[in-house]
Amino acid sequence: MRVSVKREPPDAEADPTVEEGAAGRGSIGVDSWVAQSSDRRDVGTGWRRVLARADARIGWWPRLALVTILGLAFAQLSTNVNIQTVAFNSLLYALLAMGLNIAVGWSGLLDLGYIASFGFGAYGYAIFSSTALGTDGVGGSHLPAIESILIVVAAAGVVGAVLGLIALRVSGDYFAIVTLFLGQAFFEVANNVDTGTFGGVNGLFGLDPLHSFGVTVTTPLGYYYLALGMCVLVAAVLHLLDTSRTGRAWRALNDDQLAASAMTLSVSKLKVMAYAFATMVGALAGTLFAAQQDNVFPTNFTSNILILIYACLVLGGVGSIAGAILGGIVVTVAENMLGSPTDAAYLFYGLIIIALIAKVRPWRRLGWVVAGVIAFGYAMHAIVGAIAPSATAGHPGSPGWIGSALKGYVIVPSNPQNFGNALYLALIVGLVAIVRLRGIKQLIAVIITIYVAACCWEGRLIVNPAITTQIMLGAILIVTMAARPYGLLGKHRVETI
Amino acid sequence: MQVFFQTFVNGLTSGCVYALIALGYTMVYGILKLLNFAHGDVYMVGAYIGYVVLQLFGGAHGLSIPVVLLLFFMFTAASFGCGYLGVAMERFAYRPLRNAPRIAPLITALGISFVLENTILLLFGGFVRSYDTNAYIPFSTGIQIGGVRIDLVQILTIVGSFAMMYGLWRIVNRTTLGKSMRAVASDREAAEMLGINVDRTIALTFFIGSAMAGIAGVMSGLAFNQITNTIGFLAGLKAFTAAVVGGIGSIPGAMLGGIFIGLCEAYSSSYISSQFSDLIVFGILIVTMLIRPQGIFGQRPLQKV
Repeated sequence: MRVSVKREPPDAEADPTVEEGAAGRGSIGVDSWVAQSSDRRDVGTGWRRVLARADARIGWWPRLALVTILGLAFAQLSTNVNIQTVAFNSLLYALLAMGLNIAVGWSGLLDLGYIASFGFGAYGYAIFSSTALGTDGVGGSHLPAIESILIVVAAAGVVGAVLGLIALRVSGDYFAIVTLFLGQAFFEVANNVDTGTFGGVNGLFGLDPLHSFGVTVTTPLGYYYLALGMCVLVAAVLHLLDTSRTGRAWRALNDDQLAASAMTLSVSKLKVMAYAFATMVGALAGTLFAAQQDNVFPTNFTSNILILIYACLVLGGVGSIAGAILGGIVVTVAENMLGSPTDAAYLFYGLIIIALIAKVRPWRRLGWVVAGVIAFGYAMHAIVGAIAPSATAGHPGSPGWIGSALKGYVIVPSNPQNFGNALYLALIVGLVAIVRLRGIKQLIAVIITIYVAACCWEGRLIVNPAITTQIMLGAILIVTMAARPYGLLGKHRVETI
Repeated sequence: MQVFFQTFVNGLTSGCVYALIALGYTMVYGILKLLNFAHGDVYMVGAYIGYVVLQLFGGAHGLSIPVVLLLFFMFTAASFGCGYLGVAMERFAYRPLRNAPRIAPLITALGISFVLENTILLLFGGFVRSYDTNAYIPFSTGIQIGGVRIDLVQILTIVGSFAMMYGLWRIVNRTTLGKSMRAVASDREAAEMLGINVDRTIALTFFIGSAMAGIAGVMSGLAFNQITNTIGFLAGLKAFTAAVVGGIGSIPGAMLGGIFIGLCEAYSSSYISSQFSDLIVFGILIVTMLIRPQGIFGQRPLQKV
């Protein structure tokens, strides 16, 4: 019942320090304001307190302005086209996550068909900005972007409102299933329609670049600015929406639908609105995506992308605009880093080191573990090398200094495929062992598992960066959910049963 | 008419596979109110375990053991492998989330599904693997009724599935384990107070459900030959449709729903359009959900305040 007791500052959702604390952690049956009261008391001491106070005082628009300035400054710094494209993608996913947040985070509609709204926007833009409506690849309506985007977003709003009616019939998990099928149905339709007009399997290509008012956007930097502008605009609108009567009503609905309707909130109208807004933001992101990509294919809108968007939202924190943006950036950057061998190695070993520092206490034990990992590795390498020299003949997959540094450490046979697969299975067993064992056995399991992980990474995982990326993303989702179900910037919500 | 009956047999075969997967969905949902989206991928893993067993014994064209023994090993390995996979999933991914917000286990399930699919992709590569059933169980064996051919694998699938469904029905309705499952499903806390080991019951439910999915995986590998790392997603969706159409949480509902979906798919692809058969199945689901959200056999849950 957050509606009646809302005493937090309106921008508290961008405020990670306030919510950290044991008491607020999803205790069931406790009023959320009461549950968080001890968190509010324990903001910390010294500079943490000063920061928290300052954080609570700054309004929402200076924050947004600051983020905008950072975004603009970033564009001035980087001249690398690849980096600009990654930056564009980050903002695109941030936009998508913000839209998904309306349905999932605020109003509690678990929308697993969100990818369809993204696809709807992209296909809508593609149809209006290519030869799709013409005959035999000639003609077609080449609308200016401003018109086609407005048409597409408005149409998405209407479609979203109609599909939102589903939420009135089915609720909870059932809604999730129906939307999952809608998303899948979108893919099937896009993939199977006649190839003449709507592309079918071949997709639509040769789209006009975004053009309006005599300006044509062609460079990656241009699209980055455009995405930044849209993100800022959408974030501002969503923030106003969130703090409005409607936003509060959505959260009331999310907390307890029955109580909300008893408070005379129109549950049906709110659900339809939430779904329509989410669809509109998704479609807006879709238009941007189509314009930047210059083509659309049905495979751009599969459940893999849906999982990626969910990863953004969940990692950042369900229910928070800042979290959605942060999640979009983190996930996209991580995904791109995993795609390049050098960066992927930094990320992989970095995560291991961070996990060790965070989890192994006290320092002395950490020292033992590190020493153990190093000693165990060199010993294994020496033993295996002495028995069968061919087993250590391969070169580590990581390029640069990491690869050379690990040359005498990890076991990489000259043909590491099968060996690497076995190690991968061993790695899973090791992780299970770490969770199950206690005491000295656990430390030994940690040492062995880290070594196995390093060997497996150098011999097998880094060879297939695309697959590794997906596995890591899935693992990140699982681990985030287990460790912090509310994400990085999410609020601890209280479930009423 | 011949086409009609042949389609019936084919639809029944795939329907039985869907029904076996749907049973796992429905059991887990019944006991935990959890949509285990990763269940379809457990089925896929089962198909790959069967394939590995086949390769271990010399592959389709150089079998070193009798076919009956091969089938026994395949089904045993797949059921135990997938069963333990299910237990591990429950233990490490779902159990920490019992009191988390409703969305958390769903996201975890998506994550698990992602990891499983890509793990198989890493281990086996992306290309299609074939069971080559014809090499050791020739299509010509089987029975011929009029113009309708039912080959041995289809008989095995149909009979095996019905036997397993009957077994499951016996377990749920006639054993102590089944009783505790039903108790946990209806009220977890009350069951715990009555001395039922809730964690163990849930783990066993996962084991049974996943083992059946594994067996379904081997059956589909034998019946349809080709397996890839992505078969789990669509099969899972369809099995899910089956569970929902039958009324999720209801065991006879899942069986009938599975067979119904299999038949719908077979008839729509042979009479209407093979391209859009998936869409037709999804259409059935959406319409069923809108007209009767609790499914055919399901009961509308009481809303407690």
